[in-house]
Amino acid sequence: MNDLLHSFGLPVLDLQGFGPLLLQGIWMTLKLALLSMLLSIALGLFGACVKLAPLRWLRLLGAGYTTLIRGVPDLVLILLIFYSLQTWLNELTDLLGWDYLEIDPFSAGVATLGFIYGAYFTETFRGAILSVPRGQLEAATAYGLGPLKRFRLVLFPQMMRFALPGLGNNWLVLLKATALVSIIGLSDLVKAAQNAGKTTNDPLYFLVLAAVVYLLITSLSNLVLRRLERRYNTGIKGGLLP
Amino acid sequence: MNQTAYAMPADPAGLCTQRLAQPLSVAGTALHKLQVEDLHKRYGDHEVLKGVSLNASSGDVISLIGTSGSGKSTLLRCINFLEQPDAGRITLDGRTIALRQTRGGTTVADKAQLQGLRTRLAMVFQHFNLWSHMSVLDNISMAPRQVLGVPAREASERARAYLDKVGLPARVAEQYPAFLSGGQQQRVAIARALAMEPEIILFDEPTSALDPELVGEVLKVIQTLAEEGRTMIMVTHEMGFARQVSSQVLFLHQGRVEEQGSAQILDHPASERLQQFLSNRLK
Amino acid sequence: MIELLQQYGQAFLWSDGYNLSGLAMTLWLLVASIVLGFLLALPLAIARVSRKRLLRWPVQFYTWLFRGTPLYIQLLICYTGLYSLEAVRAQPLLDGFFREAINCTLLAFVLNTCAYTVEIFAGAIRNIPHGEIEAAQAYGLSGWRLYLHLIIPSALRRALPQYGNEVILMLHATSLAFTATVPDILKVARDANAATFMTFQAFGIAALLYLLLSFLLVGLFRLAERRWMTFLGPTRG
Repeated sequence: MNDLLHSFGLPVLDLQGFGPLLLQGIWMTLKLALLSMLLSIALGLFGACVKLAPLRWLRLLGAGYTTLIRGVPDLVLILLIFYSLQTWLNELTDLLGWDYLEIDPFSAGVATLGFIYGAYFTETFRGAILSVPRGQLEAATAYGLGPLKRFRLVLFPQMMRFALPGLGNNWLVLLKATALVSIIGLSDLVKAAQNAGKTTNDPLYFLVLAAVVYLLITSLSNLVLRRLERRYNTGIKGGLLP
Repeated sequence: MNQTAYAMPADPAGLCTQRLAQPLSVAGTALHKLQVEDLHKRYGDHEVLKGVSLNASSGDVISLIGTSGSGKSTLLRCINFLEQPDAGRITLDGRTIALRQTRGGTTVADKAQLQGLRTRLAMVFQHFNLWSHMSVLDNISMAPRQVLGVPAREASERARAYLDKVGLPARVAEQYPAFLSGGQQQRVAIARALAMEPEIILFDEPTSALDPELVGEVLKVIQTLAEEGRTMIMVTHEMGFARQVSSQVLFLHQGRVEEQGSAQILDHPASERLQQFLSNRLK
Repeated sequence: MIELLQQYGQAFLWSDGYNLSGLAMTLWLLVASIVLGFLLALPLAIARVSRKRLLRWPVQFYTWLFRGTPLYIQLLICYTGLYSLEAVRAQPLLDGFFREAINCTLLAFVLNTCAYTVEIFAGAIRNIPHGEIEAAQAYGLSGWRLYLHLIIPSALRRALPQYGNEVILMLHATSLAFTATVPDILKVARDANAATFMTFQAFGIAALLYLLLSFLLVGLFRLAERRWMTFLGPTRG
């Protein structure tokens, strides 16, 4: 079958022994994306609460975080944080008289991406919280629910409906942003494709292969997200023009 | 349809609209300005119009009344082909619009003829449908400039004159529609229709979307137009107004003309259904 | 810090002594990709909302392809991937084009921003109230006239906030250019870092420059929105 396709000059899925490397790359990309997603969701929820806090200085702090992070390219932040983190840690261990600590690139990558995308999730969650009608919380208060129960039983479930499109979008952006970590030396999918391409002298083939993998993941994510959104919202139209 | 044959009148207020001499009737009968014959329209299994006919002579004011779902709006929208009728004939000044059968019903065979028809029939919509990103002045002057080829200066002069005619102050010319009240928006929409200097104006429930206190200002403008002898076809729920201005009233029920005649039929309905409709209205 | 600025200040802003670099290069990348992307996106967006599948589907496929993959991969394909093909190198015109890093970079940037812009414009076109289009048809506008006088002006205004966002994201995306050896702000920062080991300062200056540019763009788009979006009404204005 492969020979047949070859004879027509068609590309064949021939990994030239780089299959395991590419699989490791895919696994690294997914791990990185999922863990940073979790971290940034946690940071985002926290950040949203800070930005909606009754204290002015807390709100300013939150605003500073989201404005600074969202005003600077993620690649610049990745390089800035990744390279500075080790320097700062060294200074800190020196100061405390501890032994030299080395951050492993993976944790640093997760921390960096999580910190950056935490700012984007903060804005998503803040908008979603503000979209929940005030009357909902008032009703919960009127029926005697405490602050934690108000959040868990009324605010959170309603907020998630408004946050879902933003969450989905952030996930896709974050997934694509993981491609940047190959620049700081993590062996993700892009790095694996580049290495395979360099060794075999066929970079186009492996890069296109990597692109296809990304396409598969993003398309699958889109499909799941659309399902979820349809479950939470009904009656959304999408007509075409005459 | 040869557009250039319809010269634009010189006076911006359009008070003495030039009309072409009516072409001779082939059959020898007196010719109507607009004839609608045996119009059918269905959506899926639901037949909205089951053969409706209507004749409008110059200067006629025809009111289409009926319950919602009786097909009156569909009839109006079929007249300028915003909806494609499934069967029937529409004749303007003795020239029938040629239709072509398609899978889904019919379409107008000749695009130029459709274009000509639409420039001669202006429409006023229930929800105004003003172009929200254009100023009031641009809303009124855009179609005359782009479709009829009126020079920019003349078009905007004309627009200001019509704005005055519908009783709006000159300062609204530069505003966006969203900043006006519903009554003002609908009067702009009427000025937009007038600026095309149309031969017939179609009104699709022009006051239904308005707050009650704003209905009067719009009806007053329409009444002025009726008194000028303009040809108008109007879908309306305002029975008192219909009685006052109409030369013909058509009562539609379930896609058929149930009763038709002069405005008198509103006072002396012959059919039971019209009686019922009118007595329900009074409640 | 002072030495860093003395040594690399000029490179950060406009020139490394021989060529355009730093801020000037970043701005050039941004303006070129935004302008070309816009010009391409307009007709493609119209095709994207067309009733004709033969027009709609290829555009849909294109935006799916470019919005579903990282820009970095697209850049690598344009920069290293395509030039590895014998067929590309054999053709003098293609060879000349792909030999220059800046051409490959701009090609990737234009194709990428265009895909996002197409979807933004297509969404704005779908958001025009149907009644307004119907009114235009009733007044005799059809075909290209309908697009030229109603749909395009209305859609472009409606798209402003999202389009502004895309321009800022594109500014951020230009920082990838250094991976193709184009001397933009980040490339200068990396060179400065490699030479002086003042990591935080070198990248900090770059971050500050990007931040200022972002603020400038946000301000400009706010002004544009105030100028062109008031029509949406008193509550939104």
